[in-house]
Amino acid sequence: MIDRNPWLFWPDSVALSVLVLAVMAMLFLYAARQPMHGVIHSVCNLVTQSTRFISRGLFLSADTLRLRNQAVLLAHSKESAASMIDREFERVGNIIRRDLKEFPVLQRKLMEEVTQIDDDYRRCGEVPPPPPEWVNALESVSQLKSGGDIPRKLLEDVNKSIQKIHDKTVSEYRRSYEERHKILKGMQPALRSVDRLMGEMDKKMVSLHANAKQIDGDMTKFAGMRAKDSKTEHALTVSAFVQLAISSLVMVIALGGAFINYKLIALPMSEMVGASDYITDNLRTSDVAALVIILMEASMGLFLLESLRITQLFPKIASMDDRMRRRLMMASLIFLVILASIESSLALMRDMLVADKAALMHDLSSSAPAVTRGWMSNIPMAGQMIMGFVLPFALAFVAIPLESVVHSLRTVFGVLLVQSMRGLGFVLRFTGVVFRRFAKVLELSYDILIVIPLMLERWVVALRGVTLVKAQAKPGSAS
Amino acid sequence: MKKSLPVLVLLLAAFLLSSCGESRMHSQAVYMLVDTSGTYTKEINKAARVINYLLATLNSGDSLAVAKVETRSFTEKDIIDKVTFDRRPSEATRQKRAFKARIEAFTRGIHGSSYTDITGGLIQAAEYLNETRAGTRTIVIFSDMQEELGKGTVRDFPIKLDGISIVALNVSKLGTDNADPRLYLDRLAHWKARVLKAGATNWEVVNDLENNMESILNTR
Repeated sequence: MIDRNPWLFWPDSVALSVLVLAVMAMLFLYAARQPMHGVIHSVCNLVTQSTRFISRGLFLSADTLRLRNQAVLLAHSKESAASMIDREFERVGNIIRRDLKEFPVLQRKLMEEVTQIDDDYRRCGEVPPPPPEWVNALESVSQLKSGGDIPRKLLEDVNKSIQKIHDKTVSEYRRSYEERHKILKGMQPALRSVDRLMGEMDKKMVSLHANAKQIDGDMTKFAGMRAKDSKTEHALTVSAFVQLAISSLVMVIALGGAFINYKLIALPMSEMVGASDYITDNLRTSDVAALVIILMEASMGLFLLESLRITQLFPKIASMDDRMRRRLMMASLIFLVILASIESSLALMRDMLVADKAALMHDLSSSAPAVTRGWMSNIPMAGQMIMGFVLPFALAFVAIPLESVVHSLRTVFGVLLVQSMRGLGFVLRFTGVVFRRFAKVLELSYDILIVIPLMLERWVVALRGVTLVKAQAKPGSAS
Repeated sequence: MKKSLPVLVLLLAAFLLSSCGESRMHSQAVYMLVDTSGTYTKEINKAARVINYLLATLNSGDSLAVAKVETRSFTEKDIIDKVTFDRRPSEATRQKRAFKARIEAFTRGIHGSSYTDITGGLIQAAEYLNETRAGTRTIVIFSDMQEELGKGTVRDFPIKLDGISIVALNVSKLGTDNADPRLYLDRLAHWKARVLKAGATNWEVVNDLENNMESILNTR
């Protein structure tokens, strides 16, 4: 018979055996108390020190990485801001070249108009009528002392002359006013022209002012970047996150377009490279060929946008001389058009293949004659062809969000890495603190297991102390 | 470097397009044996429907052969038609139409044979299928599975059907089977044991052609 409890001293009395074992264990643990306390403290210290060390390392690395991220972020942002300022200056330069080049002509025209207005103004000034001559004659007649009816006759003659002169003067005065009114009327176009010219100048000035304001804003940002202030850095980091989110969204949409594109050309590609050829166990050659066509379209789009300087993923292309760059642009565009045409043809072939297969299936499943296809069935075919031609060009623009993703991903990844390192550092430091306290907890827990021997020890120590005091007291009392 | 980028892309595309893998391993080959003995010729329309189903299911690169089971069937002469579908889907569709036409011509001029040499047909089928080197090989037997050998025809030896799946279609019950169903069950059990012993990967019986046609082939 196998003894199931070999550790029992007396298998018949389990309780006694357990009690004896407990006492023995307690004695052993009591004897090993000092070394065990040492082990607990050493282990906990080891964990505490290690975690603190690793945590410090992580925090230092995180700081270094943050500085590196900051440097990269600021450098890239400075480059972008400088490019934007450059473009803004270019725009202002264009405005000045285009608009203010005409400024002397405009000014001359304005001066001419003003001079003409001034002349007209002078010409239409009111000329006072000359003093009437009959006043002197009247004074001479009034000084006559005698003469009978002569003065009366004279006065009547004068009156008649005055009447005549008055009529003549009034008519001349009216004619003169009429002429002046004509001149004033002639001034109207000149005034309108001046008004229009002034309006144009105002518009140009407003546009220039807006550009200047934009440059001011960019320059403020640029200054913030140069000063490396935390506000600008934070704004740039947030901007990188936003850029990544928006670009990723656009990329997902573009991927959807690429998938549709792929579906459009995968079947007809099997007509070109064979439907039964496989590259790997599950990868058909025709599928890969369709994928390659789409990737080539995306690449050509990338080169096209690079050579147009819309994106700047390849510094080599950006630094090319203009003639070479134009050649590359033309080459990319031609390739893209060719690929789009191929895709359009493939879309047509797809429709034909699908129709042929449908007809065959109809033949195999029934003996009834196939229904002829009406003009309505040409609509999906035309749609597929148009899509086949347009999608490659739409796909070409994926280079713009791709550039944003590439640039913002570095910042976002850097920030996430720094935060992860800091988080891990904090967790490790916290673990260290816990282990430092845990040593005391383990020590006390150990003492709980040997509480009876410890009580005995305390009792013995206390008893010895009393005995010693009594022993010391006896010689004293004797003396 | 500036000029070489599009060239590199084109070269990569050309490499990918030209690097066609081992296509036969992904292809499927089917050999259909059609019993033309005695009264079973009446079932030929059902056989034609099965062939149409196979034509609709098989793709470019796959192979199909249809042969009749006669007095002595271990001969190429009994093959009604055989085809390996072209890599191009449009050409494969044309081949399927031609195949269908030839099968229709055969069904119109069919006449019954005196004996039923299923074993000979199986050996011939295995030979054809092994030649195709297809990844999946299937023999479809459209018969009542009642073998009747003529005088001098020797078929009682072990055959080799390694890696081939066998599907028996429309295994109709004979008059004697109705009297004693054990005869029918024993007949099926005998064939199952024989083909599995010969190395066949699978043995399946499909009698409900209306609803269970899909189980003839393990379509991809």
